[in-house]
Amino acid sequence: MKDMKYDVVVVGAGPGGSSAAKWAAKSGAKVLMIEKRQEIGSPVRCGEGIAKIWLDELGIKPDKKWIANEVKGARIISPNGTILTLTEKLAGNECGYVVERDIFDRELAKDAIRAGAEVMVKCAATDVIKENGKVVGVKAKYMGEKFEIRAPIVIGADGFESQVGRWAGIDTSLRPEDINTCFEYVLVGIDGNPDFNDFYLGSIAPGGYIWVFSKGADAANVGIGVQLSKLKNGGDAKMYLDKFIRSKPGLAKGQPIKEIAGAVSVCAPIDCTVTDGLMLVGDAARQIDPITGGGVANACMAGMIAGKVAGKALQKGDFSKEMLMEYDKGWREEFEDQMYRNFVAKEKLVKLSDETFDKCIEAMQGVDLERITTLEILKAVQAKYPELIKEFEDLLM
Amino acid sequence: MNVDRTKCMMCGACVGTCAQNAITLHETRIEFDDKCINCGWCVKVCPVGAISED
Repeated sequence: MKDMKYDVVVVGAGPGGSSAAKWAAKSGAKVLMIEKRQEIGSPVRCGEGIAKIWLDELGIKPDKKWIANEVKGARIISPNGTILTLTEKLAGNECGYVVERDIFDRELAKDAIRAGAEVMVKCAATDVIKENGKVVGVKAKYMGEKFEIRAPIVIGADGFESQVGRWAGIDTSLRPEDINTCFEYVLVGIDGNPDFNDFYLGSIAPGGYIWVFSKGADAANVGIGVQLSKLKNGGDAKMYLDKFIRSKPGLAKGQPIKEIAGAVSVCAPIDCTVTDGLMLVGDAARQIDPITGGGVANACMAGMIAGKVAGKALQKGDFSKEMLMEYDKGWREEFEDQMYRNFVAKEKLVKLSDETFDKCIEAMQGVDLERITTLEILKAVQAKYPELIKEFEDLLM
Repeated sequence: MNVDRTKCMMCGACVGTCAQNAITLHETRIEFDDKCINCGWCVKVCPVGAISED
């Protein structure tokens, strides 16, 4: 393999990587996106529940090819079975489509290619190349052959297990309290409800939740995310999920067509996502919502900003951290506040007992909620169970 | 650390969790290097319990 030269090399062809590659190519850069797997998008590591709202913002057209189902709302179910139904205009977040991530990811890669990006699959990055402390490319391996890809800009979009940031010296480490480990079945033959995605809270999923993301009347992604700091043994994630499914005959009758595993970060926004010659995007930059565990929207948004900043940097011939900070500022302007607020809320939620969840969900029954903001929830809870409010005092600020 | 390759789903949870960056996910297997300090987080984070201590 000959050594290669590009303007931008993107490591990872998930939604973040493809977005970065597309927008860098659109701004005139010569882009290579490398993906270590032999297939982009497979196997899936995702619950596949995606909000509709942001697709327009990012120029991503909803496509039947990757939409498994469109839901009208969400149901939040407390430990004692009380159901809070949120219709679409209230829920907004992580509601909308349930997708087929493998197809979605490949469609985003196609967009990047049509914008001018080049791609290599089964090509893994093995290290960053540094000169005078600056990142100037990556070392890679394709079909066992080692070679170098020189590029003044490297975009690390290499997912939860990201190495690019670590190699470049950016701290992306996580506390066990900020890691949720997940397992999911795609089940067919269940008693499903195509109109709603369900979220089950409580000790059935310590520090997280169980989701039933509907893929139709008889199919759904049934999965769990649990907080690492609350786990005792390996395989606990699957154990908790299996126990839950066994307790629900309507789900237990389902047959799996996929098993999916993975982990997400549920941390506060990290300090810095850039260094000289490098930007981190998506799960690699820990840009996941700490309450929902959703990261696709943030990855696509951040990828777009990174791609545009790459274009600017190339025009100026400036690849310094100072120049690339425009990307860091850019993504923070878009979603840092919400991410931080949800982190504070998550820190509270993981401490709640089943009884408290029951009371909160019950307090919200039949209340005319204008918008599902944290403040509205707290006001509703305060009206019915004022004694609970002490627990949430700092969320009211 | 031991890995049961019949259980491992190559999901990367252990790699991202390891504070020492001692785990590498090659496409069809994970590998531990000598940076491992036996903290055991990878054992617990594995959704299917594929990792165990020696």
